[in-house]
Amino acid sequence: MSGLVVNRLSVSHGAIKALRSVSFTVEVGQLAAVIGSNGAGKTTLLRALSGLNTQTSGSAQWKEREILGARPDALVRRGISHVSEGKSVIAELSVKENLVLGGIWRSKKSDTSAAIAEVVELFPVLGQRMSQSADSLSGGERQMLAIGRALVSRPKLLLLDEPSLGLAPLVIEQIFATIDQLRRRLGLTVVLVEQNAMSALEIADFGIIINLGEVVASGKASELIDDPVLRAAYLGY
Amino acid sequence: MQKVIETLLIGLSTGSIYALMSIALVLVWRSTRVVNFAQAGQAMLSTYIGFEIASRSEIFWLGLVFAIAAGALVGAGVDYFFMRVLFKHATSGPAAVVAPVIATLGLLGLIRSIVGLTWGGEFRSIKAPASTDGFTVGDGTIPFSTLDVLIIATVSIILIALALLFQRTNLGLALRASAYAPEIAQLAGIRTARTRTIGWSIAGGVGGVAGMLVTSNNFLSPYSLDLLLVFGFIAAVIGGLESMAGSVIGALVLGIGLTFILNYVGTSLVFIGGFSVLILVLLIKPDGIMAKGKARRA
Repeated sequence: MSGLVVNRLSVSHGAIKALRSVSFTVEVGQLAAVIGSNGAGKTTLLRALSGLNTQTSGSAQWKEREILGARPDALVRRGISHVSEGKSVIAELSVKENLVLGGIWRSKKSDTSAAIAEVVELFPVLGQRMSQSADSLSGGERQMLAIGRALVSRPKLLLLDEPSLGLAPLVIEQIFATIDQLRRRLGLTVVLVEQNAMSALEIADFGIIINLGEVVASGKASELIDDPVLRAAYLGY
Repeated sequence: MQKVIETLLIGLSTGSIYALMSIALVLVWRSTRVVNFAQAGQAMLSTYIGFEIASRSEIFWLGLVFAIAAGALVGAGVDYFFMRVLFKHATSGPAAVVAPVIATLGLLGLIRSIVGLTWGGEFRSIKAPASTDGFTVGDGTIPFSTLDVLIIATVSIILIALALLFQRTNLGLALRASAYAPEIAQLAGIRTARTRTIGWSIAGGVGGVAGMLVTSNNFLSPYSLDLLLVFGFIAAVIGGLESMAGSVIGALVLGIGLTFILNYVGTSLVFIGGFSVLILVLLIKPDGIMAKGKARRA
């Protein structure tokens, strides 16, 4: 069954077209890495898929239902969770409150408690800091908390925006390893947006390279890594 | 010494009412980034409705309940029918900054006219819910009365209820999250627009209580709550505009400070005193007394 089907998606910021006629498909359970330099339109793409960007045309379907035009809170209820750029935790709230937030849309509190317990199992470091403010966490821990919050909603499709941003190389490695484990364990479909092309493609099934709002290449992650032209032009190594 | 203590007590009673008004302003500010000048009008309208019920039923507390309900309804209405539309049209640039402020001022005038047309401009008063005669201490009486005790008790109950709501419930968490980081709140599945309207309605209800309490021993007119708005605003600024706890502390400090000026210096300096505090805070600690290090937002 096809998971995420994006078809001729265009997004404008006022008069500027930030994304032009982007099409790709991510099968259920796959991890797609969206690669591109700063300003290529990667974040714009994720924001359109989670309902934050509304100036869209074309179509994007998740499990055969349209997602463009739906509000973010409605998409969360349909199993789509977006971890936005820059360690998206709420610094004024405690670690626990940030996690509870992920399940706040549910009417049954017990489901959220169970989901939080699972997340703490995945990220034991969060369990030790439940009552601390999110502000007191390190960069890597914050990123875990942000992903953890998204997992509390038990998503089926996870949209990750630059989880490596601002983290030390060693921590980046950890985060990518965690994402890889997570999606296998939970059967998640993941769209991972990254500037850190190599690390992202290493754990991806599928890669999409975006430049100036357009898809310039896409294919199996392993093939993209080996393509000498792409390496030189977009992957930067 | 006795004068110092009675000034403190009266200041506490006055300050506790400022606290309610300042919480109403903080709640709206942190969710909507608007200093809601119309809050004086919303509270005044709620108080007129509370007065109407209180004088007909001769039960002050029934009037208070209606004032809370009216305040909550008006608050929600202002956000839903007014602010939402406004923000849809003025999304960026200078208009987005100025329009809401001008709009709340306009709304204040509008509510005033509606109240004036409905109830007339003359002063009204009701029977206070408790004795306004001061307690007897030794051979004399002090100005602190049963009514003041009741005011402090009522405000304390409301503050505790608000603290529990904000710290212990999912609605409270949703309100805080939507205020601090609307986008993350939205991505977590919160209906932020609806949550904001609920915030406005809580602010409106709290404003209604402030109006009823401040007028319980005073006159009500279409202009009578303006000063309360000013002092509530100063208290909110002392607290940094973001923090409910900060604004309560600010309000108590302001209430006590102004009562000292009133008792020891004179009536004429109270207003100047209030504004001096405002300017001092803005010059010395513009992020308020609760600010630690850098502020999250400008």
